[in-house]
Amino acid sequence: MKNVLYVRKEMLAEQSPPLSSIGVIGWAKKNLFNGWLNSILTLISLFLIYSILSNLIPWLLSPTWQASSLNECREINNAIKGGGGACWGVITERWPQFIFGFYTRDQIWRPVLVFVFLLITIAPILIDRLPRKLLLLLVIFPFVAVWLLWGGSIWPQFCSFLGLLLGYCTWRSLKTGVNRGIKASQLSLLSRHPFIPVLITIVVPILWWLFLAPLVSEFLRDIFPLAIQELPSRNFGGLLLSLTIGVTAIFFSLPIGILLALGRQSNLLIVKVLCVWFIEFIRGVPLITLLFVASTLLNIFMPPGTNFDIILRVIIMVTLFSAAYLAEVVRGGLAGLDSGQYEGANALGFSYWKAQRLIIMPQALKISIPGIVSTFIGIFKDTTLVSVIGLMDPIGLTGAIRADMAWNGVYWEINLFIALLFFVFCFSMSRYSMYLEQKLQKKN
Amino acid sequence: MAEQINFQKRSFEFSMLIYDTRYRSTSIQVIALLVFFSFVVWLINNTAANLAVSGKDIDFGFLFVQSGYDINQKFLEYSSQSTHLRAAVLGVINTLVLSAMGCVTATVLGVIVGISRLSKNWIVARIMTVYIEMFRNVPLLLWIILVMAVTVESFPRPNAFRGADPSATMKLFDSVALTNRGIYIPEPLFLNGLGDIALFSNSFSISLDLMAIIAVLISSIWCIKKVKRRAARIQEATGDRPITWYWVVSILVIPTFLLLIALGFHLGYPELKGFNFKGGIQLRNSLIALWVALSLYTSAFIAEIVRSGILAVSAGQGEAASALGMRPNRIMSLVILPQALRVIVPPLISHYLSLTKNSSLAIAVGYMDVTGTLMGITLNQTGRELETLLIGMSIYLCISLIISSIVNWYNRRNDLVGR
Repeated sequence: MKNVLYVRKEMLAEQSPPLSSIGVIGWAKKNLFNGWLNSILTLISLFLIYSILSNLIPWLLSPTWQASSLNECREINNAIKGGGGACWGVITERWPQFIFGFYTRDQIWRPVLVFVFLLITIAPILIDRLPRKLLLLLVIFPFVAVWLLWGGSIWPQFCSFLGLLLGYCTWRSLKTGVNRGIKASQLSLLSRHPFIPVLITIVVPILWWLFLAPLVSEFLRDIFPLAIQELPSRNFGGLLLSLTIGVTAIFFSLPIGILLALGRQSNLLIVKVLCVWFIEFIRGVPLITLLFVASTLLNIFMPPGTNFDIILRVIIMVTLFSAAYLAEVVRGGLAGLDSGQYEGANALGFSYWKAQRLIIMPQALKISIPGIVSTFIGIFKDTTLVSVIGLMDPIGLTGAIRADMAWNGVYWEINLFIALLFFVFCFSMSRYSMYLEQKLQKKN
Repeated sequence: MAEQINFQKRSFEFSMLIYDTRYRSTSIQVIALLVFFSFVVWLINNTAANLAVSGKDIDFGFLFVQSGYDINQKFLEYSSQSTHLRAAVLGVINTLVLSAMGCVTATVLGVIVGISRLSKNWIVARIMTVYIEMFRNVPLLLWIILVMAVTVESFPRPNAFRGADPSATMKLFDSVALTNRGIYIPEPLFLNGLGDIALFSNSFSISLDLMAIIAVLISSIWCIKKVKRRAARIQEATGDRPITWYWVVSILVIPTFLLLIALGFHLGYPELKGFNFKGGIQLRNSLIALWVALSLYTSAFIAEIVRSGILAVSAGQGEAASALGMRPNRIMSLVILPQALRVIVPPLISHYLSLTKNSSLAIAVGYMDVTGTLMGITLNQTGRELETLLIGMSIYLCISLIISSIVNWYNRRNDLVGR
């Protein structure tokens, strides 16, 4: 080591990176201007953004919120900057219609209340820190919502709800009856035939709904005439209509879709074939043809003299439509499951439904969450199609608004407003599903 | 420990139909079948009763009656004297033309957007994210209406092209006119064409010129395949691949070019005559609006498919390929894309299917597809809801079954064998 002149004994202090590779400049160099192709792309993008915004922002910022007609908007805009601004007066004047349809001002509390109740109901599904007992609201919500939205006497809804309660009580009492009955041996018939309680549980509420409920509700109505103003379906419009159709279809299509998926995967040939036919048929035709069926044909298929509400008919069709799509999504989830899960459930001696409920479905549904939510988003967007058969959803309303002399010619403002409404709902749904996916991944 | 179990031979009891797994599946299926058939019988009974009440019967004769309405966008000869059947066929052709145009542009756009979203360029990736979220979260019907408004409101009227100093001019060397009545593009014409063959007693005709061009193109492609196979053989034998591109180009171009000259091919340009343009092909506003809106909307979905397909190929594949010394574009074409395509193609085709079904929204802007003709005007004129909807739905069902059988065929062919 003698001929080595100098050996450094201690480390040099760390130097800060060159200025061109840190901070804003470094970031820009790395992400925007690395290479000539990227630099050109960045410049083109910047120009694009500038040209869009420089046209859009002055248009958006036109101070016409108080105008009461298109002509007034034009005057305001001409006075300021030579015309060309948006006409926001139409939104100020018509936004209640876009949200609540044709509910009069004194009745608006009803849809608002339903919406608040809906938020409370889905809160325990979205946030799992809330007590699980709140999930029971899911059972009560449909009845309350129907009563508040359509109005009339409370008792028919109350009696339909009693039917559900009756079914549950029958089931519980028969269950405990069976458990005790093994000792008591009076109920030996029930214990030997576990099928019978199921049958009774199904039959009792149906009998109640068909025969007793109308009488009881009639009777109760005479004693306590508790009712709010009845509103016909033609009052439904705007976002309220879209949400009614969308939420109901989502609510009912998930269970139907799961059953269809199970049917399609089952070993029972006939059940499987029926499910496959149904799914392929619904998925093979556009929703709009199904809506035509709802508006023209559904009454032909029903017993003569039936004439039920157009909104109900549309809801039925949209539910079937979304159920078929969900069935395929859930089937994907089922197929993604390891076959060891099925074998494990069998080895533990689980019955088919128990295995599905406790082992298969929780995992299959978890895999298929993105697909399920994107189907929901699709369904909510597709509710706009009802404007084609003449219902007054937001898009259907635009025609009605342009028919008004004051707003004849307003186009972009209302369509932009509708786009924003749908964007808020759909975008938050998709973000929530991403959050849920990440959370469930972390748990594993 | 061992317990004695007596297997008694039980005689058949009724309850075994429910509890014995040997019989249960059969009994469930029988019940399902009975329920299904009684449901169908119930529906048919109701329908028959309702039709009897309204004095209708099921009769497809209306298809051969004069339709009495016009179709604005037609790719076959049609007038209001034609039958409802012909109107329906034109509707189907309009649906197919629109879907085919939409699928091509949506794929091109979707691939570009999907790849750009993976770009290392921050601003490009952000713009593409905004694009995708914007189109995916707003209903398609709204996009169609908006694009329709753009074409109607922002393109000039035909008479703006008139006069010594017109306020609007034709684009692309005076060959394309963008007007608020639609876009006029040049049409191919043949000076000494071969004529048409009439089919089905003059109701449909096929252009022989088009047939000849297609035949020549197909045989050229076949020859190119031969050339490439020969090149591959030489490469396997000697290690050197002969240069073939000038063969490929000349085989593809020269015969078609000669044929076009022989047929006397020229373009018929649209010209302003009177109040409107004459000559050329008119693409109606409604077609353009639908085409653009469907392409943009579907491309947002396709972009996500392309992105996830590329991300699905593990990074090790590309790294291994570059370790072998392959060039970047070769890595893309030989390693990444073949694996990504396996993930991309099935959902891509199902989006083609949904584009085709979404094209039924044409009715909102007045484009005459099969929903507009058969299930729209024909239904309203004849009052035959059952028959028209039945035919219309079966047409869509056929299209989608054909497309989904293509998907199944592709999946079977490209299934990974054992993994």
